[in-house]
Amino acid sequence: MTRGSNMVAMVIFAIAAALFVFAAFINKGGELAFHPMAQFEVKPLFGAEHLAWYTPSNATLWMGLSILAVVVILVVATSKRAIVPSRMQSIAELAYGFIYKMVEDVAGKDGVKYFPYIMTLFMFIVTANFLGLLPMSYTTTSQIAVTAILAMAVFLTVTILGFYLNGFGFLNIFWIRQAPLILRPILALIEVISYFVRPVSHSIRLAGNMMAGHAVIKVFAAFAAITLIAPVSIAAISAIYALEVLVSFIQAYVFAILTCVYLKDALHPHH
Amino acid sequence: MEGDVVQMGAYIGAGLASTGMGGAAVGVGLVVGNYLSGALRNPSAAAGQTATMFIGIAFSEALGIFSFLIALLLMFAV
Amino acid sequence: MATDTHEVVEAVATSSHNAPGAEAAPGMPQLDFTTFPNQIFWLVVTLVVIYLVLSRVALPRIGSILAERQGTITNDIAAAEDLKAKALEAEDVYNKALADARSAALDIAAQARAEIQGDLNDAIAKADAEIAAKAAEGEKAIAEIRASALQAVQEVANDTASEIVTVLGGKSDAKSVASAVSARMKG
Repeated sequence: MTRGSNMVAMVIFAIAAALFVFAAFINKGGELAFHPMAQFEVKPLFGAEHLAWYTPSNATLWMGLSILAVVVILVVATSKRAIVPSRMQSIAELAYGFIYKMVEDVAGKDGVKYFPYIMTLFMFIVTANFLGLLPMSYTTTSQIAVTAILAMAVFLTVTILGFYLNGFGFLNIFWIRQAPLILRPILALIEVISYFVRPVSHSIRLAGNMMAGHAVIKVFAAFAAITLIAPVSIAAISAIYALEVLVSFIQAYVFAILTCVYLKDALHPHH
Repeated sequence: MEGDVVQMGAYIGAGLASTGMGGAAVGVGLVVGNYLSGALRNPSAAAGQTATMFIGIAFSEALGIFSFLIALLLMFAV
Repeated sequence: MATDTHEVVEAVATSSHNAPGAEAAPGMPQLDFTTFPNQIFWLVVTLVVIYLVLSRVALPRIGSILAERQGTITNDIAAAEDLKAKALEAEDVYNKALADARSAALDIAAQARAEIQGDLNDAIAKADAEIAAKAAEGEKAIAEIRASALQAVQEVANDTASEIVTVLGGKSDAKSVASAVSARMKG
């Protein structure tokens, strides 16, 4: 069983690696060319000259595909409402149970109210990350614009919610009562700084991980043009691709769990 | 000529900034290693702390990501 | 020094604008701010759509499926507990019946044993009496036989003795012979 699935995974990785190499060649006609960042360009879909805010672009296409993926995974797969679930329905139920339990464990019982928001973030990021792993695709979550909006949405929601629920008691998260009185102002300064660094690290982490992995794969793909090191290059792409599969999931998980941690601060500002 | 010097400086800076990622690697390794040694001593408590481990990984990894970002900014944006 | 760096920065700025290499190696597409409004607009659309799909359709449905399954499992477990209780009850009844049967069997066995013992005692007593009677009869017969045998022996001895005396040329006196023989036999 495990041996067979390992073989299948190896074959899939090898095919993906070959496609990456093919994708690297397709524009270049065999010249050794490093354009690791070209995959992140936002281009109009239907040959429009100017990229206005409403122009359908490749970002639109891949975001739409991730909506489609979410609908297929969570809506179509559960349409039978079977008591004994099919495989697809199990995936939907696992995703639901996984995030629900995480929200409950990290943010507390009263955090369950915000479960749909966190599920939305998680499902968008995880589908976008995995769709971005397809050869020749465009990774929406590798764009700082996208992740910054996601992180700012979380940051603003948490801040507004914190003040709305606790009034100025929300400022307690900066004033650590366990610490000696002399240290408290210094700690408060550090806490304030780290509070405002949150959206930066939250967004850069996701975008940076996605961008770095995809750029490294492209760099290795460019090396495949040299016959002598092509096997090494393809092996390296396979290895990095396997790592990227893991990273895609873990980054979505980390984004969601950090959202829960921030949410807990807003709900229970007393340390 | 002066532009070349600036370019060179930017690339050297990018290389130096990349060494920061090694620190993040050490940090992540420490987090996971300590988690594992704790988990092997008391496996029954391990499952409840996996989320904490991932939060720890995320925080230590963030600093490596910052250095990666600085390197990218030096190479492409400066 | 300050003017130098200023000039350098200016030089870089102009070179990156004018140099033909700038087209071939673009910077980070992520930092191209002209694409931001487009991405942000479509991201917001995407998030709103996903949120509506999840909160209106997917999450309530999956939640109800899980709750239904939990209910089914709870019911099944309750039914199983019921059946288990019933089985335990049946086992108790069975054990009780078994104990009853065992004690009844012991009773019957004891009764039978007592009856048999009584019969046996009777038979033994009867047999003992019969044996005693037979033994007494036998002893009497033996005594008679012995007495008659002694008498016969004495007669034979008397006859023999008188014959011997006669042959030896004596005169046999029946009386003295008889007393001599009886004295001899007693000795």
